[in-house]
Amino acid sequence: MDIEPSFFETNPQAGAVGQPLDRVDGRAKVTGQAKYSAEYNQLPGLTHAVLKTSDVAKGRITGFDTSAALKQPGVLAILTHQNLPKLAKTPNDADGKKAIGAPMGFLPLTTDQIHYAGQPVAVVVADTLERAQHAAALLKVQYAAEKPLASYEDPKAELFDPEAVQDGKTKGHTVRGNPKAAFAAAPVQLTHKYDHAINHHNPMEPGATTAHWEAADRLTIYESTQGVSRTQKSVSTMLGLSAEQVRVVTKYLGGGFGCKGSAWPHTILTVQAARAVGRPVKLSLTRPQMFTSMGHREDQTQTLRLGATKDGKLTALIHEKTSTTSPWDNYAEPNSKIINLLYECPNFEASYQLARANVMTSTFMRAPGEAPGSFALECSMDDLAYELGIDPLEIRLRNYAEKDPSTGQAWSSKSLKQCYARGAELFGWSKRNPKAGATRDGRLLVGWGMATASYPVHNSQGTARARLYADGHAVVQAGATDLGTGTYTVMTQVAADALGLPVDKVRFELGDTKLPTAPNSGGSVAAGTVSSSVYMAVQDVWQKLIKAAVLDKKSPLYRAKPADVEVKQGRLQLKADPKKGEEFGALMKRAEIGDVEGNGQGRYGSGYEDAQAAANADPSKKDEAAHHSMHSFGAHFCEVKVDPELGTVRVTRWVSVHGAGRILNAKTARSQIIGGSIFGIGCALMESTFRDPNYSRYTNASLADYHIPVNADIPDMTVEFVEEHDPYINAMGVKGIGEISMVGVAAAVANAVFHATGKRVRSLPITPNKILETKAASA
Amino acid sequence: MNNFSYTQATTAKQATGIRKDQPAAAYIAGGTTLLDLMKANLEEHPQLVDINLLPFKGIEQTKDGLRIGAMERMSDVGEHPLVVQQFPAVSESLLLAASPQLRNMASIGGNLLQRTRCGYFRDAAFSCNKRVPGSGCPALTGDNHNLAILGTSDSCIATAYPGDLSVALAAFDAVLTLENAKGKQRRVPVTEFYRLPGTTPQRETVLEPDELIVAVTIPVTPHARRSTYLKVRERSSYAYALASAAVGLDVQGGIIRAARVALGGVGTKPWRSPEAEKVLTGAPATDATFRAAAAAALRDAQPREHNRYKVELAQNTLVQALRQVAA
Repeated sequence: MDIEPSFFETNPQAGAVGQPLDRVDGRAKVTGQAKYSAEYNQLPGLTHAVLKTSDVAKGRITGFDTSAALKQPGVLAILTHQNLPKLAKTPNDADGKKAIGAPMGFLPLTTDQIHYAGQPVAVVVADTLERAQHAAALLKVQYAAEKPLASYEDPKAELFDPEAVQDGKTKGHTVRGNPKAAFAAAPVQLTHKYDHAINHHNPMEPGATTAHWEAADRLTIYESTQGVSRTQKSVSTMLGLSAEQVRVVTKYLGGGFGCKGSAWPHTILTVQAARAVGRPVKLSLTRPQMFTSMGHREDQTQTLRLGATKDGKLTALIHEKTSTTSPWDNYAEPNSKIINLLYECPNFEASYQLARANVMTSTFMRAPGEAPGSFALECSMDDLAYELGIDPLEIRLRNYAEKDPSTGQAWSSKSLKQCYARGAELFGWSKRNPKAGATRDGRLLVGWGMATASYPVHNSQGTARARLYADGHAVVQAGATDLGTGTYTVMTQVAADALGLPVDKVRFELGDTKLPTAPNSGGSVAAGTVSSSVYMAVQDVWQKLIKAAVLDKKSPLYRAKPADVEVKQGRLQLKADPKKGEEFGALMKRAEIGDVEGNGQGRYGSGYEDAQAAANADPSKKDEAAHHSMHSFGAHFCEVKVDPELGTVRVTRWVSVHGAGRILNAKTARSQIIGGSIFGIGCALMESTFRDPNYSRYTNASLADYHIPVNADIPDMTVEFVEEHDPYINAMGVKGIGEISMVGVAAAVANAVFHATGKRVRSLPITPNKILETKAASA
Repeated sequence: MNNFSYTQATTAKQATGIRKDQPAAAYIAGGTTLLDLMKANLEEHPQLVDINLLPFKGIEQTKDGLRIGAMERMSDVGEHPLVVQQFPAVSESLLLAASPQLRNMASIGGNLLQRTRCGYFRDAAFSCNKRVPGSGCPALTGDNHNLAILGTSDSCIATAYPGDLSVALAAFDAVLTLENAKGKQRRVPVTEFYRLPGTTPQRETVLEPDELIVAVTIPVTPHARRSTYLKVRERSSYAYALASAAVGLDVQGGIIRAARVALGGVGTKPWRSPEAEKVLTGAPATDATFRAAAAAALRDAQPREHNRYKVELAQNTLVQALRQVAA
């Protein structure tokens, strides 16, 4: 296809793209018009389901006493493993799990076995929510309880070396170079352990499913998910239906952070409940249930051995991670990936150890792997800086990776040096006192820390559709989801610019499997893939109109070669003689073309260079695109004030600078980086779910007791982006910013705490007890 | 939540009368604690008695001190000029608690009766001696990082009152006025209102079933006027204290004439420390004195696996609070 890929390259600030446009869905949200998945209350005969979950973490269900519950008025059904309608496939075997794309190799209510506390044991359906809740409380479940295992830290836990972790996506053991010998020979050797608490995503909107069987073989689900297509695939596969028979709708999402990236058990259980009662069923997880229903970031210990020369150059990195997984799955977030590529280092080794325990399977949570991996690496880099008396920023520059050390590939683009420089300038890093524990503000100790951020541009494809009307408005669609971060808004901007229309003439629709397939909004892929799909769909519209113009005798472009025609701001014109041409509206009205539909595909690795290669029929250039390593980079700078007697840490200044390709909206992007940084500050200072070692059950499953930051914890934050043009990643040159915003944040905070106090806290979160219990490093 | 009946009481007699006949009934004012407990099926009450229309309002100076009606809201009391002037620690303890929304709803009487945040109490799947007497206490060997180190027993180590106001009230000799179904009133000092858990952690206060808290009276003293409430927590707002201190000093010529000390977050009840007050009284207002007082206050601490840090934290909190009021 002959397209004009350079539009955005040559007109970076041409129109709406990049501008700080207010959210187009803002009014709908603040006026309550935006409908979330648990708000489809007008469905005919809607009923309400409540999950009854297990009190014990291990054992067997020996019986149910449903008599009192069933006697309650309005109670329609109680589903248990004894009467759950049979499924075509379950994730309980490896093939089923793979076909379904299930995050967990176990579906509750398929057996009497209890494997984790909070496991659903029954679904109670009633005509009102209150009646369902009350009946669930009256339902009595008898258990034969056994003593559970709570984590890898239990002396009885059996550690094993998995062949692969993260559902087979990451090898259990990786070696590059000769790390052991290199470490042994290193003049500087650091070995440190890092602990990480269990974290839960806790989006504001809990997981929710509204299931409506419109016919025996036709189902619509209003689902709180980051990906309607993935949910469609999972649910249809379990039911033995074709994908087309299951429609999934997610118009608005109140956050996800990874926990809504897969179809968890409550979704199919609600679907089955709707089948059982023959009416639509709504289920919304309670906040306590959110701690045992949609995964978590696993409890983990990392050991990082770092070898370096006396001038601070890395010679070896050896990383070991031990973590807890479920009875069925080998899940561990891949911490080693970022350690393998963030700095130039010729020798590298990573290995994973797992222990099975009575917990549900952990899952990806914002920057899975990169976030905890960078905590270990970036604290150890800080140690190295102090050890050698080199500035922490300088030590990073000395180890700057000019190409990807893990693959040897060139970077598609990398602006990390600019991020360092700009961040340091904004923060005033050059004024830093190199000595730890030496700066005071009254009784408070003041510390400055920094850390590097990086996140990959993941392989991803998607499609979109654009329909342009003769009167100058357009509807653009993709089955993407907006996590609340601005997908509606930025896609409107992209479409408006591509079409040469004002943003208020473009409506962008998403969140429905009836729309062209888009990827999950996860792994930071949505912005890049969907925007590229939209852009390509508009190019398809133009191609169709160019064809119409050159065949139209009344058009100034009649008989021109399509390849000689370009479209600028909605005007079709000759490249060689731009005066010769016409507006699309004039063409469409005259030729009585009511509307034109275009379809486009956004592809990973199909950036400007790729398009040029295609245009110039130069396959060698096209191959080049595939041979690049594609990552975003950034830097965080943090000031903390620590009360040395009370152990309280407050972040008082924050600067983040990122190079993440094209930024589609200055305001929503800044907000997303701020949100991610706050997410990271929460992880650094307060987020921790405690699993009782004897009962393997959480003791703080509420937002009163699981602390996430409040406004008073967060200072004004400075966020900037380095202008970056990446010719390889995708048609729009967008890398995505959902995850990079929190990578390195915990380390920046921990490094600032060290600078303030001389105390190296290697255990997250850094709560007051740890400040008090950690001894200062001897100067 | 169980089904329950709801009655709006218009007189105290009506309210206390219902509780006399039906001890399992509960009073509801702001409902900020009660509804949470009922939704989690931790408390089941066949009847709720709404006491919001009862006339226990007003903040007024009396010969015994400042009298605060039990139906006053936390926010109104915390911001009241007489409270701010005469009892800075009380005002601060209220305004550092909960969130603005909760403070606008919660009554003073209800605040005094809030229940522990111990995770084992708050989840009915765990055994808990406070909830089900004799069932056991998993907190002893489990998550006890924010549980008590003073006044504990083998039955319970929960900070039964997890809040802030009662800590300040305990420090400044506040007295509760309780009224029963016969309309008879009695006065109980806050320090005697809460029980230690002992072998009966389910009995948290001396309140009889048919009694209602109708007022709190705080004597006006120089040490209460020179007071503060210092609260240490894991985030800057909307969190329970890891440790807190309500202190007041009357310092003349560098010598402490009178001292009041109570600790929060560390005791099974709001922890008045006569030991610390004894060290402080008559001593010079110096750091050495404050340190000695803090050591005395925590002398009997019995920490467990995850709350050892509280011994040091509580001492440092107390010292810092004393420094603040002495300055």
